[in-house]
Amino acid sequence: MKSICLFFQVHQPFRHRGYRFFDIGNDNYYYDDYANETIMREVAQKSYLPTNKLLLKLADRLEGKFKVSFSITGLALEQFGLYAPEVIESFQKLAKTGCVEFLSETYSHSLSSLKDKDIFEKQVQLHDQRIFELFGHKPNVFRNTEMIYSDEIGAQIADMGYKAILTEGAKHILGWKSPNFVYVNAINPRLKVLMRNFKLSDDISFRFSNTNWSEYPLTPEKFVRWLENKNSKEEVVNLFLSYESFGERQVKESGIFDFLEKFPQIIIEDNKLKFATPSEVIDELQPISAVSVPHPISWADEERDLTAWLGNEMQKEAFDKLYKLKHRMEKCTDPKLNKDWNYLQVSDHFYYMSTKFFSDGDVHQSFNPFDSPYDAFINYMNVLSDFKIRLNSFVPENEIEHEIAALHKIIDEKEVKIRKLEADLIRVRKGKRENLRQRKIT
Amino acid sequence: MFGWEFPPHISGGLGTACYGLTKGLAKLKNIEVIFVVPKAFGDEDQTAMKLIGANNISVSKKEIQFEENQKKIDYFEVNSQIIPYVGEDEFWKLKSGKYPKGTKFIETDKSCKIDFSGTYGTNLLQEIKNYALIAEIIARDNTFDIIHAHDWLAYPAGIAAKKVSGKPLVIHVHATDFDRSGKDVNPRVYSIEREGMEMADKIIVVSNLTRNIVIEKYGASPEKVTTVYNAVEPISISENTKLRKGVDEKIVTFLGRITMQKGPEYFIEAANIVLKKMGNIRFVMAGSGDMMDAMVVRAAELGISDKFHFTGFLQGDDVFQMFKMTDVFVMPSVSEPFGIVPLEAMQANVPVIISNQSGVAEILKHAIKIDFWDTLAMADAIYGLLKYPSLSKHFKKAGKKEVGNFKWKNSAKRVKKVYKSALNKL
Repeated sequence: MKSICLFFQVHQPFRHRGYRFFDIGNDNYYYDDYANETIMREVAQKSYLPTNKLLLKLADRLEGKFKVSFSITGLALEQFGLYAPEVIESFQKLAKTGCVEFLSETYSHSLSSLKDKDIFEKQVQLHDQRIFELFGHKPNVFRNTEMIYSDEIGAQIADMGYKAILTEGAKHILGWKSPNFVYVNAINPRLKVLMRNFKLSDDISFRFSNTNWSEYPLTPEKFVRWLENKNSKEEVVNLFLSYESFGERQVKESGIFDFLEKFPQIIIEDNKLKFATPSEVIDELQPISAVSVPHPISWADEERDLTAWLGNEMQKEAFDKLYKLKHRMEKCTDPKLNKDWNYLQVSDHFYYMSTKFFSDGDVHQSFNPFDSPYDAFINYMNVLSDFKIRLNSFVPENEIEHEIAALHKIIDEKEVKIRKLEADLIRVRKGKRENLRQRKIT
Repeated sequence: MFGWEFPPHISGGLGTACYGLTKGLAKLKNIEVIFVVPKAFGDEDQTAMKLIGANNISVSKKEIQFEENQKKIDYFEVNSQIIPYVGEDEFWKLKSGKYPKGTKFIETDKSCKIDFSGTYGTNLLQEIKNYALIAEIIARDNTFDIIHAHDWLAYPAGIAAKKVSGKPLVIHVHATDFDRSGKDVNPRVYSIEREGMEMADKIIVVSNLTRNIVIEKYGASPEKVTTVYNAVEPISISENTKLRKGVDEKIVTFLGRITMQKGPEYFIEAANIVLKKMGNIRFVMAGSGDMMDAMVVRAAELGISDKFHFTGFLQGDDVFQMFKMTDVFVMPSVSEPFGIVPLEAMQANVPVIISNQSGVAEILKHAIKIDFWDTLAMADAIYGLLKYPSLSKHFKKAGKKEVGNFKWKNSAKRVKKVYKSALNKL
């Protein structure tokens, strides 16, 4: 029996308002409430609510044979709380069916895994705690922001106690190998790695309504045939999608909801296929090999790398300047600052600064509040400047103290060295004197 | 007077200078000004002059014809050589008919008016041509003694008006293409500028720096060219808005178009040097322009983006707000015919650093002058003004006093002298 592993990403960032230079130090509210609320309401109405309703129906009708997994970012949960509490309720209802697994992830959908182990761990803990509060479920499978994965990130995740991680079945990593098996991390083989089947996943999320596509229209029967007709030795098909694909990227009129309603039915009736959550997949299936990913990959763009977030100088600068505040944030207990700190880390901010969209258009443009990456960068740095000023008043002058401490250390080291050299000098002089004395004697 | 922009619809110093000068002239005896712009918005201050928008002039009623290359103008009331048309179809219909040689066709809207954007967009050369056509009509309809055209965009209009009326033409050079484009001068712009200077009876330039360019690069005869420095409008009380500085750091400001002419890259390099030496300061680049994106990237490359801010284009009160927050103003222009902004900064009690390559450096005493390319000297000056309060105190006080002497009325008097000599020449 081949397992079909369905996974959905749910995320919404807190978008910044136009934050001008003149606002720095004067106004510490950074968010565009209007945009955040309208976008959240719109996506909830078009996508989250109807899809949840449909999934609930499927879970009921298919009597526990339908399985699905989610990773909902902490920020999305906060926004649901603010603007669409009914979405949380509908997720809770789904959770009660027992057909749903919630995965772990970073609270802010952040890129912290690439920068700092401590912050990353903190972010993950915060998220797991929130998921437990809402859904009574402790995640043991991890899904990193935008499927970012490398051997090192995997090893850290294993150390943190997770059993498996989801990532992209990137072609340049897998080569001739198929994503449709369970792999393990190259450093710590105890961590299982599930690779996304990007062809079949993107057939739904990107190509479904594309009339120029040679396979248009995609019927549930055809899709299940593809799932089935694969080399029969293959054990799992990982369909990882962003949740907005239903109703938002693929609009209701395209028939996406009918598709989503029917294809699980056909899978259940098929005796070669079944649904499984990531946890079930790793319990049931044996890994076939280790997968080596020395450089981080993601599920973005053709390159499947990090260049959408950290591709140009501006993005790197903003990223470095943000995480430079790490040591001071550790000492900061102010809840408001900590909240802003979480919001500042959202990967979307760096995505808006991407200059890649000149070539690799549409996806980058969706919900991008800025006219140009330069505007996005300027705005972000203004916000960060104000944040730093506020942080300074809580954790004053810490940077300087750090520097002083470092200088003291250097001075101490020098002093030790001087003492040692002085001792050497005395010894050498003594030696000389003795030599002379001996010569005199002779 | 023919200009291209007028406050509050301005993109740079040109409109401000035209406005200041016109107001100055209005204060003198026996001078009345009709100011023509391509597009009148209706909210311009018209207390000092009559403002005409070329977009409000109807073409159809006018019947203008003149023979080229002839000093005296003969009017033929027979047929118009400017034929308005509304759309493409009509143009071809008209074109297929028979018209005397030299007839001009022009696209208008339904009321036979020409639409002007009044900006510096893609159709600039066409707009300049249309503007000159309208100038002919305006020149026929109004009585005047002298024509004054500001900058190359208005030279063709000035020339057209001169041809129709036979009145002397004074052109006012606020900038040349050598300032705007460096060595890569646009030949079409250059030819328009040169024609303007050849046709002009008198040329007013805003500094000796520009005077040299006009004489050397455009071949104008030196006795034709007079330098009249710009001035600055005193700040009105209403604009003394409350200070809203949210940071306790010192602020160093660049304010102007972010283009090659203004030398923004030198400001960034100097900022980088200063930031290595001292913290507790922020740099601000206010304005917009074709080099802005490159500057944003450069600041990111240097890793100073958390201390180097961009505000975008500032207007009205925001400019004053910016000056009020500023501790040092820097104008590192590569080639600046005059440069009014430092004067405005000095009015607002801000010490200024200006480049030797600016016209305003010829008249300012209480400003630090450096070469635009000398980023070390620029950094040094910034550091000094921030570090030694006595120095900046001196510049604030002396600068404010000095700038009080640059009045538009004085500039206007000098312009009047030029008018007189132009009229005597005839």
